[in-house]
Formats: sequence, structure tokens, C-alpha cells
Amino acid sequence: MEDMYRELILDHAKNRRNWGLLDEPDFDHAEDNPLCGDKLQLTLHIDDGVIKEVGWEGDGCAISQASASMLGEELIGMKMNDAIKLDKQMVLDMIGLNLTINRVKCATLSLKTLIVGAYGNREWEKIEDKE
Amino acid sequence: MPANPQTLPYDIQKIRADFPILHQMHHDDVPLVFLDNAASSQKPRQVIEAMNTYYETYHANVHRGIHKLSELATEAYEATRKKIRDFINASNHREIIFTRGTTDSINLVAQSWGRANLGAGDVVLSTVMEHHANIVPWQMLASEKGFTMKYVPMHDDGTLNIEAYKQLLDEHNVKLILVVHSSNVLGTINPVKEMAQLAHEAGALILVDGAQSVPHMPVDVQDLDCDFFAFSSHKMAGPTGIGILYGKRDILEAMPPYQGGGDMIARVTFDGSTWNDLPYKFEAGTPSIAEGIGLGAAVDYLTSIGMDKIHTYEQMITEYALDRLAEVQGLTVYGPEASKKGAVAAFTVQGVHAHDMAQLLDAEGVAVRAGHHCAMPLHNECLNVSATARASFYIYNTFEEVDKLVTAIEKAKTTFVI
Repeated sequence: MEDMYRELILDHAKNRRNWGLLDEPDFDHAEDNPLCGDKLQLTLHIDDGVIKEVGWEGDGCAISQASASMLGEELIGMKMNDAIKLDKQMVLDMIGLNLTINRVKCATLSLKTLIVGAYGNREWEKIEDKE
Repeated sequence: MPANPQTLPYDIQKIRADFPILHQMHHDDVPLVFLDNAASSQKPRQVIEAMNTYYETYHANVHRGIHKLSELATEAYEATRKKIRDFINASNHREIIFTRGTTDSINLVAQSWGRANLGAGDVVLSTVMEHHANIVPWQMLASEKGFTMKYVPMHDDGTLNIEAYKQLLDEHNVKLILVVHSSNVLGTINPVKEMAQLAHEAGALILVDGAQSVPHMPVDVQDLDCDFFAFSSHKMAGPTGIGILYGKRDILEAMPPYQGGGDMIARVTFDGSTWNDLPYKFEAGTPSIAEGIGLGAAVDYLTSIGMDKIHTYEQMITEYALDRLAEVQGLTVYGPEASKKGAVAAFTVQGVHAHDMAQLLDAEGVAVRAGHHCAMPLHNECLNVSATARASFYIYNTFEEVDKLVTAIEKAKTTFVI
């Protein structure tokens, strides 16, 4: 089972979907993972409250890159107001691996970038603290 | 008479069995009676083993490594933060900052919040019964920033003068209150909840020194509504070298970092840096990992007994000690009656200097502290004595040990007073 997910992660990490920053974005925010130096910038085109296009660039491990690639695909077509309903577990389920405490930060960097950019750090901390 | 074991809130002998250090001879054939707990308590086997297990089986640095040992160390270390959150009922674990101890916690507030918020014309209000740790960092900052320090006086019985406190709040531009929750000399348990309410009505913040309260009684920082609360691990059955600063989240978030270095940053460039989120913003450098894990084991240990029961027992032994000490002619105990104080009895005996008393008690196996107990202004300017001897009790002390203390004091008296 883990092998299958591993293949999916490697595929996303090597072929990052929606790579490249958008021109004239309606949303543009960057975050770092201070533990390992991963960084990620996320841009969105939003039309009538709905996410139409995703573009991102980042530098980091396969887990952080794959999670950004996968999250980007999920976001297209989603209402921006629904982004706040995304949670840490959704991302971890998407990754599918049993991640240890230091690596959860890698997997959630893309979600953190979205939530902090849209709602601020306090809202992100609420999501991160959910046990 | 010593209490009947059946009426005690927990089994003292079972607790004593957990503390290896208590089962030794202090001198030849003289067993140890350890009554210097206000300076530092002893550690149960569970705490020592938790630290040993870390060093022997999963030592590695925390927060960074992507390997099993670092993950295990990070999980154990961070688990303590959540244990402390629950232990003092903070609303969020991000409000729990690991420091080196109470002194370091107070210096953090002085150097971060104080440096950013205090200036000429402001008053910082301390009390006459503060430990040096809650006076000196502020005096150092005051000489630099130009604010004034004032001290809330106390009544003759060693309780704080709350009317004077109210008056000082009315008369001055008070920005911050510094108050010890339980005095390390007098034992006085101060009404910090009431003081916090009055402080907030006056637009001031309040910092509580909980070094002598957290080890001995239930503490709920949300109920007290204090803005900062500082305490140490080593007085609560945990290891030395680690302590806690609790702060309200909004206040901590607005504060600049205390020390710079690794772990406290978000991004660093040669031109500048940005700060990590709470609590890491205030935790530069590799922390005291084993000590953090040991503190977690200490919290588990105290919780398993129950802080309510610990407080009840310590009030019983303190009442017994004060009654027995009152029988000694020429002995003065400082501070309020047993029901208003923590498990401490600072005393002087006419004709015997406190240092001589401590030396003579040690010969009988009884370890007490002698001196000003880091509260020099209280001794010199309020109690008008240069030194006191201090017996302080913890979860494992027995009524029989109180009897040994009194017998040893009587014996010491005969050396000096003939």
C-alpha cells in the first residue's frame, strides 16, 4: 500500500502540476518551513469567488512539492470561501504516508501558504493544532 | 502528635520509596532529613529514568532531524509542552515557552516586553517580598530606560497591604505589576487573582512569579487571569536547567524575540531575518531536551498524586511544623499563619545566628537553608534581620521529620545558650 502512494508522490514531485507563477494573480502568498528551509509561493486566479487557476513555485523535498502539486489540483474549481474548511488531515490523507512529527510540516507547507495568505497566521495555527 | 497515616491524603511512605536520595545516611548513622525544598526539591526515580532512557536510547537534536531518533526526541520534548499547558490550564500550548528557569523567564519578559513598552514616566510596581529574580532584572532595565520602581508594602503578619496596592495603582502611571504567588521566605500566598483584576482595571499588566506555587498547589492561569506566569522545573520534582514562561498569546505575539539564533527564525538572509511562530520565536538554540523530557515525567508524577492532595498535605505538615516551632523558646517564625502560607518556615532563634543554626542542624542530618534566600531587601528593610534559617517541606516530608527538626534546634540552642 505504501509503495503505491510512494509512486504517486514521486510522480507529483517530478512532474509538478500547475508549476509556474500566474500573471496578475488575485491571491499571492509565500511561506517558509523554518525547520528545513523549504519555501513555497502560491498564486491564484479567482473569478466570482471560485478558484479558476493555480500556479505555484517552490523549493523543497518530495513530500512538500508533491503535496503542493496535489493540493493545487484539488483547489481548481473550489470556492475560495471553502478553503478554510480544508484541514491538516485532508492533506495527510492525500499524501497517504504515515508521517512523523517533523515531516508533517513538509506535507502541510502548501496548505499553510494558502490559509495564512487568505486568513492569517492565527487561523493556520488553529488548523495545525487540531489533534 | 504526628498525624495518623490513615488521615493523610496519600501514602507518604509509597512516595518516599520513589526518591532514591532520601534513603541514605547523611552522616554516619544519621539519616537525611531534607528540608531545603524551597531551594530545590529532590527527584523521583521516574524523572531520573525518563532522562536516562532518552540519553541511552533516543538522544538526538529536536525539531530538525528527519531520522527516527530526532522524531522520538521531538515528540517526547514537545509532549511536555502540552502537559504543562494542561497542568496550569493555559488555553493553548503556544503560550508555553521553555526557558532556563524562573529567572530566565522573568528576564525574557524584561528584555522583550519591558524594553519595548517601558520608558520615562512609567512605574513598575513590585512588592517588598519579591525574590531578587523579580527585582534585579527590572532595576537593570530601569537604569537604562528611565522608568521608576515602587514596592507594595506588607502588614506585620507578612500579608501584602492591598489597600496600599490600590493606592499605588491610583497615584502612579503603573504599567506592570510584579508579584510573587507564594513567598519563598514568608510563605505568604498572595491574592494574585484580585491583584490581576485591579491591575487590568488600571490598564497595567501583571507578571506572577510562580516558582513556589506551581510545585505545591493547583494553579489555573486562566482563572488567575495573569498576563505572564513564570516557574522552574527543579522545585517541582523535575530537573534543573529548565523552566516555563506562560504568557497570553496576544501579548506574546506582539513581543519581539528575546535571543536570536537557530530555531527561532522563519527565514534568514544576510540583510535580515523574520521570526518563527510561537512558541519557537522565544526559543533560540538547542534546548534542554533531556530536562524537558524529565519535566514532563515530573508533571506526570505530581498529577498522579494530585495537586489538591499535595496542597492539603503540605498545609497539614506546615501547621504541625508551626505549632511545634512555637514551642521552642526564643524562636521567631516569619510570615502569616499556616492557612495563609506555603510549606515554608523561616525562623530565627535568639542567640544563634542562622548560619550557625544551619551548620548545627546539618550535624543532626537536617538540611535547611540559611541566609537571605535571595530576598535581601525583605530581610534588611522589612524583617530587620540579616539572615533567617528556613525549613521548607515537600510531598515526601513526614511529621516525624518535623520532630527531628525541633529536637535538633533544641540541641543547637544548648550549644550557644547555656
